[in-house]
Amino acid sequence: MTFGVPAIDVQEILRAQPLTRVPLADAAIAGLMNLRGQIVTTIDLRARLGMPRRAEGDRSNHVVVRCADGVFSLLVDAIGDVLVADASRYETIPEHVPAEFREVVAGAYKLSDHLLFALVLERIVTEMS
Amino acid sequence: MAGADEEILQEFLIEAKENLDRLERELVAAEKGGASPDAIAAIFRTVHTIKGTAGFFGFARLQGLAHAAENLLSKVRDGELPLAVDIISAQLAVVDACRQMLDWVEQTGTDGDDDYTALAHRLDALGQAHVVAAPISAPAAPAVHDATEATIRVDVALLDRLMDLAGELVLARNQLVKLCGDPALSPTVQRLDTITSDLQDSVMKTRMQPISGVWNKLPRVVRDLAGELGKQIRIELDGQDTGLDRSILEAIKDPLTHIVRNAIDHGIEAPAERLAHGKPAEGLLRLCARQEGGHVIVEISDDGHGIDPDRVRAKAIERGLLTAERATRLTPGETTALVFAPGFSTAATVTNVSGRGVGMDVVKTNIERIGGAVEIDSTHGTGTTIRLKIPLTLAIIPALIVSADGECYAIPQSAVVELVRIQRIEQISGTPVIRLRGDLLPLVYLGAVLGGKATGATVVVLQHHGQPFGLVVDIVHDTEEIVVKPTGKRLRSLATYAGATILGDGRIALILDVRGIAARASLGSVKPRAVAQVVAEVVAAERYLVALIGRDRRIAVQLDQVTRLEEVAVSSVEHSAGIEVIQYRDRVLPLVRLGEATGDLLNVIVCSGTRDVGLIVDGIVDIFEHCTDGGPAVLDGRVTDIVDVKALAASMETA
Repeated sequence: MTFGVPAIDVQEILRAQPLTRVPLADAAIAGLMNLRGQIVTTIDLRARLGMPRRAEGDRSNHVVVRCADGVFSLLVDAIGDVLVADASRYETIPEHVPAEFREVVAGAYKLSDHLLFALVLERIVTEMS
Repeated sequence: MAGADEEILQEFLIEAKENLDRLERELVAAEKGGASPDAIAAIFRTVHTIKGTAGFFGFARLQGLAHAAENLLSKVRDGELPLAVDIISAQLAVVDACRQMLDWVEQTGTDGDDDYTALAHRLDALGQAHVVAAPISAPAAPAVHDATEATIRVDVALLDRLMDLAGELVLARNQLVKLCGDPALSPTVQRLDTITSDLQDSVMKTRMQPISGVWNKLPRVVRDLAGELGKQIRIELDGQDTGLDRSILEAIKDPLTHIVRNAIDHGIEAPAERLAHGKPAEGLLRLCARQEGGHVIVEISDDGHGIDPDRVRAKAIERGLLTAERATRLTPGETTALVFAPGFSTAATVTNVSGRGVGMDVVKTNIERIGGAVEIDSTHGTGTTIRLKIPLTLAIIPALIVSADGECYAIPQSAVVELVRIQRIEQISGTPVIRLRGDLLPLVYLGAVLGGKATGATVVVLQHHGQPFGLVVDIVHDTEEIVVKPTGKRLRSLATYAGATILGDGRIALILDVRGIAARASLGSVKPRAVAQVVAEVVAAERYLVALIGRDRRIAVQLDQVTRLEEVAVSSVEHSAGIEVIQYRDRVLPLVRLGEATGDLLNVIVCSGTRDVGLIVDGIVDIFEHCTDGGPAVLDGRVTDIVDVKALAASMETA
């Protein structure tokens, strides 16, 4: 599945980084990352969206984002392009989609051959309700 | 408003507030220490300045009130009127009014709509009066030098940034030191090391402010409150220059004020009552601050009536905090500590000052939140001392690095008492404990608390609320100076972590919050009293009577199973149902020959349990203490078999 994050909120992209586990934290927290001396909380997007876990050894990348609550890193599978989304092709997410998903995805853009789900950053970085 | 104007206005606000603070201090000091001409002149100057700058900015109300105050003061300065209590009170009311107007300015840019004509009239009336209340005696006050200090005002945000940078430098230095490998650091790295440490110290000093910044408000608080309650109280401040980090000063401001108000409201008695108890009518409230190691100790003592342990206990029972039975078993220390329990208050009436029962526990929580501790020392009838122990700085602390379940963690050195290797573990009410110099120490496995495996052989003895406990870890690494970084909003709810840090090798280590760990391990359930009781039991069971078998074998019997030691004549041994017995105190006591027992006299250890039995041995050695684990023991340096008396007695029945 393809997701989009506002480019203006993205600080940088990184390949897989060593993470320090945080025992007792909820399942979506992949761990803490050392980003040039700053401790950045990394959120596993798959877990946050209620999707199945990444297999051991699969490629992963970090999307480091800035939001009101600080700097976070989103752990994703792969990185795509930067593109300008056409507002006229935007639709909200239907009701029957699982709540976990709808909590953090506001809507989707219809691209030529797939959907681009727009992530709401503020909701991703807060606790799962 | 244009940018430049905004800046000037901000400066006006800062200076005006400082002037008002100084005016307040000068007024209260003049009331206590006498109004010397110099003091009055200083007060007049301050009011004059406030009036002037208010006028410059067009704050007519502020200017008007300051003008009325100034008029009254000029009469005092010119000797027409003495500086009496009512004038001082009126001037203090002016200070409050000016502060209110400054708030208006800050929020709206104007000095507000409040009506101060009543206050202005009061000032005028005082100016007209020729006969005033008893004037304050004015001894010649020594000339006060207004030393021009070489200081500079710095934006706090900039200082915070400096602090962050210094912290980053410490991290980088740590990494560099690790990479260079000890022991031989190259000279350059060594120099970098020294410089970084110095820089760190200096930056921390910039954030240090004297505690007088918080204390300066207190004389006014004392004056007003004591006046309101009809009490006479003198406040003494000692150690005003003691420095604390700015953020800590902020954190202790409210708790300190509350403690002082409590002392005035509930601690110090009314003058009549004090005289009846042979105390001077004027009560003494003493605040004392000093540095001790990595902490600042602040003591607030009063010579009031202290804490009445009976009333405290009664109130605690009444509030359902503990049962009457439990209350009788409290130590004096535990009784005074009840004052910190949430919802507790022995105030007969709840005043709007204190007594709502939310005070002291909030004070304790706030002080503990910044890593400090609160103690109360009180003698009924004599007074109370509250002692605050506050850490010097938050940001860079020494920590012990440990590993558990494959991960590294940092424990603030201030919480660590000592390190111990596990010898043997016992179980008390389901909690693993070890013996440490006669005391029982409950154990918490770090791996298990964090949801993993309970492993480890090293115990880090930690302090929590004065109750030590042992944290079991796999490996203990070094002590390092670490920069405390917040874990971030997302993880703040996890009480087990106090932050995170980057170690010398670049790895991240979570910093453990001792209180959170203890809570998670439900250590509250191992009550000190229960532990003490069990210790008594355990200790008794651990003593053994050692006896000789033959020439060089030894056996031991648990002391609490031994009733008596007897010497019995061989001739009194009889037989019954195939076993040897003797008549012993109206009973028939079966005997077991453990020893060779030659000679006319037999040494018999009489043991009782469900069955009584007498052990024939060849001699008694002594009593020794021992921790048993079932197998042969070493007592008194000799291998000794421990006799399971119960099993022995049971086997004799079936024989």
